[in-house]
Amino acid sequence: MSNVPDTTTKVKFIDDFTKLDTAGIQWVINPWDELSLTRALELKDDPSSGIQTVTVAHVGLISAEPTIRKALAIGADDAIRINAEPADAYFVAAQLANVLKSEPYDLILCGIESSDFNGSTVGGMLAEFLEYPSVSSVSSVKIENGQIIITREIDGGKEIVTVPTPVVAIVQKGIAKEPRIAAMRGIMMARTKPLKVVEPVAVEPLTEVQRYEMPKPRAVCKFVDPENPKQLIELLQNEAKII
Amino acid sequence: MSVLIFVENWDGKFKKLSFELVSYGAKLAEMLKTEIVVLSVGKVENTELEKLGKYGAVRIISAVNDKINVFDGQAYSAIIAGFAALEDAKIVLLSNNTTGKAIAPRLSVKLKAGLGSGVSKLPLSTSPFTVFKKVYSGNAFSNLIIKSDVKILTLAQNSSEVIETENKGVVTTVPIEWNPETVKTRVNEVQKQTGKILLTDAEIVVSGGRGMKSADNWGPMVELAELLGAATACSRPVSDEGWRPHEEHTGQTGKIIAPNLYIAIGISGATQHLAGVSSSKYIVAINTDKDAPIFAAAQYGIIGDASKVLPKLVEAVKDIKGK
Ligand SMILES: Cc1cc2nc3c(=O)[nH]c(=O)nc-3n(C[C@H](O)[C@H](O)[C@H](O)COP(=O)(O)OP(=O)(O)OC[C@H]3O[C@@H](n4cnc5c(N)ncnc54)[C@H](O)[C@@H]3O)c2cc1C
Repeated sequence: MSNVPDTTTKVKFIDDFTKLDTAGIQWVINPWDELSLTRALELKDDPSSGIQTVTVAHVGLISAEPTIRKALAIGADDAIRINAEPADAYFVAAQLANVLKSEPYDLILCGIESSDFNGSTVGGMLAEFLEYPSVSSVSSVKIENGQIIITREIDGGKEIVTVPTPVVAIVQKGIAKEPRIAAMRGIMMARTKPLKVVEPVAVEPLTEVQRYEMPKPRAVCKFVDPENPKQLIELLQNEAKII
Repeated sequence: MSVLIFVENWDGKFKKLSFELVSYGAKLAEMLKTEIVVLSVGKVENTELEKLGKYGAVRIISAVNDKINVFDGQAYSAIIAGFAALEDAKIVLLSNNTTGKAIAPRLSVKLKAGLGSGVSKLPLSTSPFTVFKKVYSGNAFSNLIIKSDVKILTLAQNSSEVIETENKGVVTTVPIEWNPETVKTRVNEVQKQTGKILLTDAEIVVSGGRGMKSADNWGPMVELAELLGAATACSRPVSDEGWRPHEEHTGQTGKIIAPNLYIAIGISGATQHLAGVSSSKYIVAINTDKDAPIFAAAQYGIIGDASKVLPKLVEAVKDIKGK
């Protein structure tokens, strides 16, 4: 799971647009990862799934621990934090793979993207490092008779596929309805749940953000008389030239 | 040295996005003073493959095996990595659609090649190799340096022009290995809806939000979409309520689209909604609230009640199209 600014944050940058201004930012579990966690817990709730533990793994510094504790409060059994600044997607996937190589899991759920870097990359990279199969655009994961049954979205439809474990499922809309929220009991229990800190291995990142830019403001909105929407169609035809 | 472009096919056919990809690749190759090689995997007729030539493909490799019957990210990335090595590709280019997103990260690890995903324009510089990409769900952009010798780029859909050239492509058919025993993904069932314009492919999208008030009010919107040859979309609460199907949900947690024209009707313009549509070339908003944030993202707006404005809009389009 990734630790990201709350999705309503108005991002700002400092140091000549090279760093995110973290002042006042509320950090949250990446929305996709929150849904992955929810689905994992739903599966575990059903004894026939055979799932016994749900672990969350994160690459980041100690400052991310409140977010990890939140995942434990929601219901994860334990957590792994790889103690490194997440330099790029390749670095993060390599660190995760290094840990998961010696502690194999049957089903690895990754969100389609993180709401900060929008890369859609870590899940696929992790699968490749581990040489596991991966299924992308996953909108449903079920377990029936020990078999993992995955629905993936394809252009204009869906495919229901099976894949042997271990497998990485890269999940998107549909995987769970609403993110599960932490109950008081969960918050109390989270404090004592195991959170293992692992030191990183040496990995050279392949990419680096040189600087950030803010989006260009859009042209000021031109308003059209609601009684005469024909004018809008004319503008779209003659001015914007798009219809 | 070359730029290798992977083009996907849909039942043996290419789409506009394939031509965008080849056009972009041709410009990229020009920038790097190298040539492009286009790779297609699976059965595609030569007449279809030759179409890619028109957009600047010089060499087109058609990798075939009759046994290929499923999309498997692991198997496809192995095939593409093989050709990348063979062609000494310095850049591998894919679409940032579902297939590209499934393959590119695996390829990145296989080739130890840095990945710039969802790029929307040509590199800002070739040394250091720097690409421009969306971050923070469209609230900012980054200049991302890719440091590795080999690089992988995925191109955002509808971000690049289709450019026709005088060029003619030469197709080479190459048989490849495909062992059904070792391919891990098994398809049990396919559910396809046909005849609808795909939201991710559509050049015009008409979208409704909670301001549409109920599931019963969608008639004029669907009619407007049909008249414009547009796809229909909606905000998240609308699909959550079951007013419209889930496939239409756009935004951060739904589909991310970049049509030429996005018409938002009764949508407030929450950041999470804009995250999915802010790359649209033009946004039109229809909303009763003049202070709705959607107007700050729109170039054209109508302050008014959707139930009154929509029927008039439909008539206006009929009028103009009739002429
Ligand atoms: C983690 C997270 C992820 C999210 N992801 C998404 C996402 O992917 N997509 C998404 O859409 N939302 C998403 N949301 C929800 C988002 O925050 C907003 O709640 C949602 O977009 C609002 O939808 P809306 O604009 O349809 O409804 P509202 O915000 O209720 O807006 C309705 C609008 O209709 C206008 N209106 C009312 N009556 C009329 C009328 N008669 N005629 C014309 N206009 C009228 C109102 O003025 C208002 O502006 C997400 C939220 C979170 C927390």
